Amino acid sequence: MSKSHMLALFTDFDEASASIRELKVSNIQGFNLKDVTLKSPIEHPEIEELLGDRPVYVQFFTLFGALFGGIGGFAFISSCQATFLLQPKGGKPVIPIPPDMVLTYELFILFGVYITVLGFFIGAKLPMKRHKLYNARVSEDQIGILIKAEDTAMPAIKDLFTRHKVLEIIGEGGK
Amino acid sequence: MINTFEEREVEIERRFVRKEKDIREDIKWAQINSDVLKSLERPRALFWVIFIASLALFMVGVSCEIYQYEIGMGPANLDNPHVWGLYIATFIFWIGMSHSGTLLSAILHLMHADWRKPIYRFAEAMTTFSLMTAGLFVMVHLGRVWQFYYVVAYPNERWAWPNFQSPLVWDATAIFTYLTSSMIFLYIGMIPDLAICRDNATGFRKKFYTFLSLGWMGTDRQWANFRVTYLTVACFLIPLAVSVHSIVATDFAVSQQPGWHITSFPPYFVAGALYSGCAAIITLFIVLRDVFRFEEYMTMPILEKTAKLTFAIAMVWTYLNLVEYSSTWYGDDMYAKQALIYRATGDFAPEWWMMNFLGSVLPFSMAFKRVRNNIPAMLVISILLNVGMWLERWMIVSPTFANGIYPWTWDHDQWPSWVQWGIVLGSFGWFNMLFMLFCKIFPSVSMYEVKEMVYHRSLHNKANSAPALDQELAVEGGTAS
Repeated sequence: MSKSHMLALFTDFDEASASIRELKVSNIQGFNLKDVTLKSPIEHPEIEELLGDRPVYVQFFTLFGALFGGIGGFAFISSCQATFLLQPKGGKPVIPIPPDMVLTYELFILFGVYITVLGFFIGAKLPMKRHKLYNARVSEDQIGILIKAEDTAMPAIKDLFTRHKVLEIIGEGGK
Repeated sequence: MINTFEEREVEIERRFVRKEKDIREDIKWAQINSDVLKSLERPRALFWVIFIASLALFMVGVSCEIYQYEIGMGPANLDNPHVWGLYIATFIFWIGMSHSGTLLSAILHLMHADWRKPIYRFAEAMTTFSLMTAGLFVMVHLGRVWQFYYVVAYPNERWAWPNFQSPLVWDATAIFTYLTSSMIFLYIGMIPDLAICRDNATGFRKKFYTFLSLGWMGTDRQWANFRVTYLTVACFLIPLAVSVHSIVATDFAVSQQPGWHITSFPPYFVAGALYSGCAAIITLFIVLRDVFRFEEYMTMPILEKTAKLTFAIAMVWTYLNLVEYSSTWYGDDMYAKQALIYRATGDFAPEWWMMNFLGSVLPFSMAFKRVRNNIPAMLVISILLNVGMWLERWMIVSPTFANGIYPWTWDHDQWPSWVQWGIVLGSFGWFNMLFMLFCKIFPSVSMYEVKEMVYHRSLHNKANSAPALDQELAVEGGTAS
């Protein structure tokens, strides 16, 4: 069966979340909750929760970046200082730990931030081309539910949205 | 007796909603977009007055720098022992100014203080441009500007690297980290708003915003990743900002110069940085409110909160200042004590007393609600506070050089030349020019965060006030319908 997309626009956030809640238990053939994408002008963690477990991996990038920056930074600085091994240091340590901690700390943060942002771009799939059903009203004051489902499931989903006071339904072929 | 739904809403409003709101909760989201996007189109004439005045000031600075470049450091009147002069004093001032934007934005974000939302964007921009301005002074004070790459850490022909134990290398690394991280923090936080700009722009602007918004569509996946990223970067930025100004303080504190070798210098510098940054936020708040007609978003309660915060930080700074004076006075370092007496009674006494007055006494005016709610008064006070904080940096640098440990190095007659003054003024022009350009090109009020603020506050009010009204009416014997 062929699958197509449909975007439903709501002005009432409670109705949008109610419709997702109903979709979740509706058991419509040819539809899977994983194929629902919520589009909204602001963050909606409470509605996102309804969509099930959609993990974010940014924190692992952060951990890697911070460790890489800290360990790599210290290794870099100390290896640079180690070029003085053959030179007299007057009894002072070749690799002085306390002052090196300052730069290690800065590099820990520097790479932590950079690689966190890299993780964000990968996780959020940015940069990306806008979906053909993207509607500018979603960036203003409406909440959009983008559904990908088999064509046979679309009428039932439309009915469900209509019951929840959908403002407009846009299919791939137009309204 | 309450019979209808409307009467009930009115009663809730009357009894439970605070009179002075940070922002109107009934403001339409489309209006938020429209108001902010309007600021990118046609600002008031005052915008161009400020921009052209800033450009003129910047050109004064450029002319002085060209003159200094051609002739050498002589015209700047910088010689031994006055090797830093206004350049390094102003460098510290701009580094300090940069602190409040990102640091306060990050702290208030973690504390869920949502009143930051209408003002954090321009404060973060202020951070970025302050750091860019500060960086210029490192170049300017070098004299041999064409050898600027000497400040970058790289090995020489014998494969010997710079001294990584030097606070100057720490300084360069910390400032680079802070500048790039602040720019990333500013940019990431702006992506959803850039998408709004993209959706409403035409022609070249549309292409520009399309490129910068990276195809943002506001999907649940994007928001979830955005939320974690923004929080994580905010967590990194707080210790980073503290470390940057601590390291700048270390440039001074690890030396043996009298008046600088003080343990409390790092927290003193951090407090001073926050103080001048907060004062600058008030100045720019008032300017933007008027220039871009942001009265709906940059409201008086938010100004009042910022003024209270500035007052609190001013008291921390005053305390640390007194700690410095008393530990020097009662300590056993006679050179430091001599430097302190010289500051208070010597050639720099008027500036030193002015600094203490503006930094420690003037903030008490903000203890009065009437003053905090008076926009012209707050504008003047915030500018004077920053004059005081600039004097503070000058009083750290120059009196110590003028009256060092050895009497044969003393030079009490040095006064900054017009070239130094010109470059300092030029830096203010450069900063203002960049800042005003930013506000013209990018949304200086965060549209999506203001929407969140409005949305969550209205939900919160509804949730809290309805049961409370029912309870009160039950006690009074009324009917809640």
